[in-house]
Amino acid sequence: MEKTVNQRAWFLVLPVFLIVAFSAILPLMTVVNYSVQDTFGNNQFFWNGVGWFKELLDPHTDLGERFLASVGRNLLFSAIILAIEVPLGIVVALSMPRQGWQVAACLVILALPLLIPWNVVGTIWQIFGRPDIGLLGYVLNRIGFNYNYVANDLDAWFTVIIMDVWHWTSLVALLCYAGLKSIPDAYYQAAQIDGASRWAVFKAIQLPKMNRVLLIAVLLRFMDSFMIYTEPFVVTGGGPGNSTTFVSIELVKIALGQFDLGKAAALSLVYNLIILIVCWIFYTVMTNAGADRPAKESVK
Amino acid sequence: MARIDLVDLAHSYSGNDAPPESFALKPVTMTWRQGGAYALLGPSGCGKTTLLNLISGIVTPSRGKILFDGVDISHATTQKRNIAQVFQFPVIYDTMTVGQNLAFPLKNRGVAPADIDKRVKQIADLLDLTPYLNRKATRLTADAKQKISLGRGLVRSDVAAVLFDEPLTVIDPELKWQLRSKLKALHRELDLTMIYVTHDQTEALTFADTVVVMHDGRVVQSGTPAELFDKPAHTFVGYFIGSPGMNIIPAQVGGHAARIDGHTIALSRRYNHLPSGAKIEIGVRPEFVDIAAPAPGLLSANIERIDDLGRIRFARVRVGEAKLAARVPPGFSPSGDTAGLVFDPSHVHVYADSLLVEGAA
Repeated sequence: MEKTVNQRAWFLVLPVFLIVAFSAILPLMTVVNYSVQDTFGNNQFFWNGVGWFKELLDPHTDLGERFLASVGRNLLFSAIILAIEVPLGIVVALSMPRQGWQVAACLVILALPLLIPWNVVGTIWQIFGRPDIGLLGYVLNRIGFNYNYVANDLDAWFTVIIMDVWHWTSLVALLCYAGLKSIPDAYYQAAQIDGASRWAVFKAIQLPKMNRVLLIAVLLRFMDSFMIYTEPFVVTGGGPGNSTTFVSIELVKIALGQFDLGKAAALSLVYNLIILIVCWIFYTVMTNAGADRPAKESVK
Repeated sequence: MARIDLVDLAHSYSGNDAPPESFALKPVTMTWRQGGAYALLGPSGCGKTTLLNLISGIVTPSRGKILFDGVDISHATTQKRNIAQVFQFPVIYDTMTVGQNLAFPLKNRGVAPADIDKRVKQIADLLDLTPYLNRKATRLTADAKQKISLGRGLVRSDVAAVLFDEPLTVIDPELKWQLRSKLKALHRELDLTMIYVTHDQTEALTFADTVVVMHDGRVVQSGTPAELFDKPAHTFVGYFIGSPGMNIIPAQVGGHAARIDGHTIALSRRYNHLPSGAKIEIGVRPEFVDIAAPAPGLLSANIERIDDLGRIRFARVRVGEAKLAARVPPGFSPSGDTAGLVFDPSHVHVYADSLLVEGAA
């Protein structure tokens, strides 16, 4: 077939090209531009090269210390919520009914936290945890815990983690439930025949059949928790001190609080890079997990 | 190892209060003897899988009792019943190797590791799985996976019975034949009671020494393949078994004769007391009806076509409304469209409301 030369096609692509340029490429380039300069306001800029990046990755400078500390906090936070939400989500999914109207009821209840806007979630927990008027804070204090998330680092962490668990365990549970539903009845019947205990059924059938949805759940939750901003910002504002200042909160402080555009731009680029790398790992793991399946060998 | 008795066993998926006609399994009483090879044969939806699941305990019966060696286990769990079952589609445990899959039922029951090893080796050997024992089971073909399922069914030596629910559906025809012979050999070797569900008559007749034919939730006949062929107890058995199936022709029967279309056919037995008001039919297998040149003493029929099956030819003929199949004797070639039918009286059976009527000598 002969290829027709038709330059009019460019006119059709051009609008998309322009929209993408203005919405993604130009803003990103602006950030790149800021990240190599310093400014004292008045739209005056000075060339700084890779200075900000050097500072960012050097823990002996103020910027580097703040950045690396917030990354550390963020990783710790992600690890803790994963360690709670994944097993808890599995347990919830396992104890959900398989049929009848109870299924719909459970699904609606589970979906509720996922539908609430993030700053509302923050506000709910901000009030819920207050020792004077919040149910949780009041009760904890009445039964003898000296709980105050505004004053105590540990209490602040406890509140932020419980809030995330409340908000997102449903997602893991729903994914696991979908994975469980896709297991044919014959597997359970065979396991019954084979005399498998409840634990053996879980280990030999349910967990292996859920491993793909679990992988998705872990990576989604990791990404989301690594980018978390709204909820802890509303509840603790990053405090007390810097104890709950995660990377995105730090970034906003530098960019909008101190108006250090260069530092903030460098930080966002590195932050973005971390997330891109995680995305790439996610993608590679997923495609590999899918690829090793059809490799079958015949047995005669 | 046990004798299994079913006493008035019936099941409905919509509860015990459902009308009797809607029961998936209508009341059945029968005995499966220890060490027998049984086939449960019937079309899809006739209740054979329900019966199997009742025996294994996956389904709890609405009515009746199941006895293993005289002990009522109708409400015992599957685990307590000591039954092995192989399903239509392969079930394998993904994370385990072939060997671990085979060992799973033994391990769950706390068998000593040395004994597990021995038994797994023996079963793997019988099913030609030995080279794959240390491989992950997920990577294998459907055939091999089903062999593993079969192996898990056979690995326990102390089971009351091994139940097979159309286990060869996913297997290639050629391998199917091999596996079926293998199962038959395993049955002799392992001395297990085996119950094999299928809708394929060849599979049933080659595997089993007793074939139980089910139709519409009822057991209509159980007997050796020869009994099912020679003396079907129900018209359904007549046409479900055999290829082509039995000819069923409405007739008036009295004494030693049946009348079809004003023509009289001799019967070898005497039928004097047929239930009044019942639908009377005669049944005769195509193998026992020959076509011949039209003659005054013969029932005349119109030939529609002749099927040449290689070693035997069957003519498809029509007598009035009824369609029949009849053998074309070797060397005979019909002239024209009409032919006479020659019946072998000793193989003509009489059915009242689809049930076989025993004639008097």
